[in-house]
Amino acid sequence: MLSMIEQEIVERKGWIDREEFMNMIALAQAAPGLIAVNSAIFIGWRIGGWRGVIATVLGAVLPSFLIILAIAMVFQSYKDLPAVEAVFKGIRPAVVALIAAPLCRMAHSAKITWTTAIIPIAGALLIWLGGLSPVWIILTTVLVTLLYTWLKEKKNLTVKRSDCEQREQSNSKTV
Amino acid sequence: MIYLQLFLSFLKIGLFGFGGGLAIFSLIQHEVEVHGWMTQEEFVDILAISQVTPGPIGINCATYVGYTATGNVWGSLLATTAIVIPSLVIMLSICKVYFVISSRFQRNIYFTRTMHMLRLSVLGLIAAAALLLIKPVSQPSVSFIDWKSWVIFAVVCIFTILPMFIKKPESNGDIVQKKSAAFFKTALQLISHPILLIILAGVAGYVIYS
Repeated sequence: MLSMIEQEIVERKGWIDREEFMNMIALAQAAPGLIAVNSAIFIGWRIGGWRGVIATVLGAVLPSFLIILAIAMVFQSYKDLPAVEAVFKGIRPAVVALIAAPLCRMAHSAKITWTTAIIPIAGALLIWLGGLSPVWIILTTVLVTLLYTWLKEKKNLTVKRSDCEQREQSNSKTV
Repeated sequence: MIYLQLFLSFLKIGLFGFGGGLAIFSLIQHEVEVHGWMTQEEFVDILAISQVTPGPIGINCATYVGYTATGNVWGSLLATTAIVIPSLVIMLSICKVYFVISSRFQRNIYFTRTMHMLRLSVLGLIAAAALLLIKPVSQPSVSFIDWKSWVIFAVVCIFTILPMFIKKPESNGDIVQKKSAAFFKTALQLISHPILLIILAGVAGYVIYS
């Protein structure tokens, strides 16, 4: 998806230069929501302000919306046919595999270690067996990380400050 | 009432959906289960359809869930609008201050740490989504009905993971070897495409179960 956007926006139309595009992807991935929609909003805003945003968001959403709506309407009346049911009996385990298998690659690119593997494992168990909403996992992750980083930074600062004080003291002694 | 529930749920999904389509799928799964909008079968079928049709998985799911939950177009429209609204608010606020933060935010330790941890916990969300489909806590699984389902699951897993382990052909090998290695890699990537795998699984299902 992103490589298609890059080809169209950066190479063909030249609306945004490559560096800005890279920054945009980082932002679109960091912000919550669908990455494609987030990129569309950013590009729309950079090119044409509010009108640009309306155009790009409609462009990103409308094709999927219409295609799925058409399928949803038709599928309701066909899904009980024996042939369709048989096809979907084959497809369902494949879909589960397509959710599970990319985890390998994603875990690798998230630089997972044996210690940090606790986070996804605990999260998965809490949602699966505990019935916890994934929202809580996300919220806890954000809050705990921010708190932890804040505490660590504070400690670092005090350590640095005491270093400075010690140095000043030793300086004054030598003087 | 169902419209309000639908709107609030997808607003929540848009607001907390970090880390791309599959992670968002986990949030949608939870909302659908809590509100009982559709059966487990219908829900897996939605994901299958979302993966073979173009466009973002989140939008596809929202549109389909909205339609099935309410039985009309307005449900679709409401769910799809709701999932986009948080993106609009957040991305537009980011755009307004973009020039101030663009160079700095990627070096901010609070930002980088949080992003790293989110990437890890999103793995858990996706694993949970798969586990809930393999073995729901209180009811039998609809995705895995017999051992043949597991065979299909294993084959698709292998073909999805395999391209990760194929390395680039070594530069000092002879030309024929290099070319055949490159050809092998392209062929494997072609076969491991999700759409093709789903179509093949559908054909297998038709042959096995009808």
